Amino acid sequence: MKDFPYSESKDTRSGFGAGLLELGRTNPNVVALCADLVGSLKMGDFIKEFPERFFQVGIAEANMIGLAAGMTIGGKIPFTGTFANFSTGRVYDQIRQSVAYSGKNVKICASHAGLTLGEDGATHQILEDIGMMKMLPHMTVINPCDFNQTKAATIAIAEYEGPVYLRFGRPVVPNFTPADQKFEIGKALMLNEGKDVTILATGHLVWKAILAGKILAEQGIDAEIINIHTIKPLDSEAILASVRKTGCVVTAEEHNYLGGLGESVARVLAQELPTPQEFVAVNDTFGESGTPDQLMEKYGLNETSIVDAVKRAISRKK
Amino acid sequence: MNPFNYETEQLLDVAHQVRRDIVRMVHAVNSGHPGGSLGCTELLVALYFKQMTHNPEFNMNGEGEDLFFLSNGHISPVWYSVLARAGYFDPKELSTFRKLDSRLQGHPTTHEGLPGIRIASGSLGQGPSVAIGAAQVKKLNNDDKLVYVLTGDGELEEGQVWEAAMYAAHHKVDNIIWAVDYNGQQIDGPVDAVMSLGNLRLKFESFGWKVLHCENGNDFAQLLPTLEEAKSLTGQGLPVVILMNTQMGFGVDFMMGSHKWHGVAPNDAQLEQALVQLKETLNDY
Repeated sequence: MKDFPYSESKDTRSGFGAGLLELGRTNPNVVALCADLVGSLKMGDFIKEFPERFFQVGIAEANMIGLAAGMTIGGKIPFTGTFANFSTGRVYDQIRQSVAYSGKNVKICASHAGLTLGEDGATHQILEDIGMMKMLPHMTVINPCDFNQTKAATIAIAEYEGPVYLRFGRPVVPNFTPADQKFEIGKALMLNEGKDVTILATGHLVWKAILAGKILAEQGIDAEIINIHTIKPLDSEAILASVRKTGCVVTAEEHNYLGGLGESVARVLAQELPTPQEFVAVNDTFGESGTPDQLMEKYGLNETSIVDAVKRAISRKK
Repeated sequence: MNPFNYETEQLLDVAHQVRRDIVRMVHAVNSGHPGGSLGCTELLVALYFKQMTHNPEFNMNGEGEDLFFLSNGHISPVWYSVLARAGYFDPKELSTFRKLDSRLQGHPTTHEGLPGIRIASGSLGQGPSVAIGAAQVKKLNNDDKLVYVLTGDGELEEGQVWEAAMYAAHHKVDNIIWAVDYNGQQIDGPVDAVMSLGNLRLKFESFGWKVLHCENGNDFAQLLPTLEEAKSLTGQGLPVVILMNTQMGFGVDFMMGSHKWHGVAPNDAQLEQALVQLKETLNDY
């Protein structure tokens, strides 16, 4: 098992803020909108440096999505910022019609996704957003794993022409991906090569997968770990190549198992290479108040759950 | 500068033909929305043949052009006809309306690449937000042209339009003209019976808009000066809205003033009855 050293833990939303600031300096067409959450979205540095390219919308997310769609007309690249819940479920129809169906170059940037939002509870902890967004034709769905990768993804999506959903979160997590690693949309990243099981993880579950890999290695299980930062388009080739080698798979995500990464992987495998698969995901329920760590443990989204799922998957191999 | 800059007599001719196009299109597929389309014919003809600076050689960004957004997308027949008659595409294509593989979808869309369309609409309430965003980008790009958006009146029951209204005033988006098709009808009946809008003038004024009222939006003699006045009021720190009284179904006597023709197509006999009232001025498609 490879080692993944890191010097500090940081929040992915700060990676978004840093990426947005850099875009402000390098791409004059980038504009930003926010629905009364500039602090939470870490948009302050961009606003300070480029006040004329920032639009405060107030608590009116539907209007924000429509405005952003309109701002693409005339050549701007709008980045909208609010919590993941208000970036998706609250504005699904606006995204569907004015952004996705209209093919507009809007970047929907969503913080505080999933259970790790913590104490605010289920009203704010969306676990269905990946599903809603990936079902929209033309939509790209990205869920990076740490500060560096979120920053790189933020920069990369400005180069890509088309609607994107960029999902990140609130807590600090080990910042282990190389700062100079280029982000390629739709290209899975091999973290650790192994032969006994394929672990496909996205977002905050990538670090948990690494922790699980270490535990498994001590028990003599050689896990292949892949960072699926882009859920749509899914890197089917990388997934199939790995599963051909290992013969079983575990998917891990901070999302309902319905509609998430796991189901996307299952569809590919069902068509191309039927394989035992286990899901580390929320079991079709709402969250609740608690600390991020407590919630991840209670809802089965930590390294222990991944280790258990790996053993179930391996036991199902023919 | 408008590429046509028509006088009223020419505008009337175009309006007659557009009305013929509308009833023929809707009749041909036995579906679509003739009522609001007929009611807004004067506005769209005035915008495209007199008021707006625009280029039928369509480009999406529309730099240096006035832009028009149709928020109440169900009245697509009037927009398609006006775009075709203004040269955005061949009027023959009007015969494909609502048919399989057509660029003229039931509700307007960019998805099939029809020239003149810059956003999909149909799910109501989204157009003002889009138009305001486009207007702000015009300012960022130092483009002094204007953005027009049309909504229905029943559409004002959607909350998003008031989010947009609040925003435009707060951000002093004064290069936008919003026309409300104030025909008092919606699918389930008169707006006052379904969900009354109260005093719309006061509502918009209290949201920070400059409000104009056009007593009869089906009369060019009243509509054209109102549009001119609206234009003259732009650039003064306030967004501008026109409450435009129209009659649903205007120009076809048996369709006029009733919500019953909101989304119903005429049958063969009704089509004939409508067409005898509408002069063929520019050759049927």
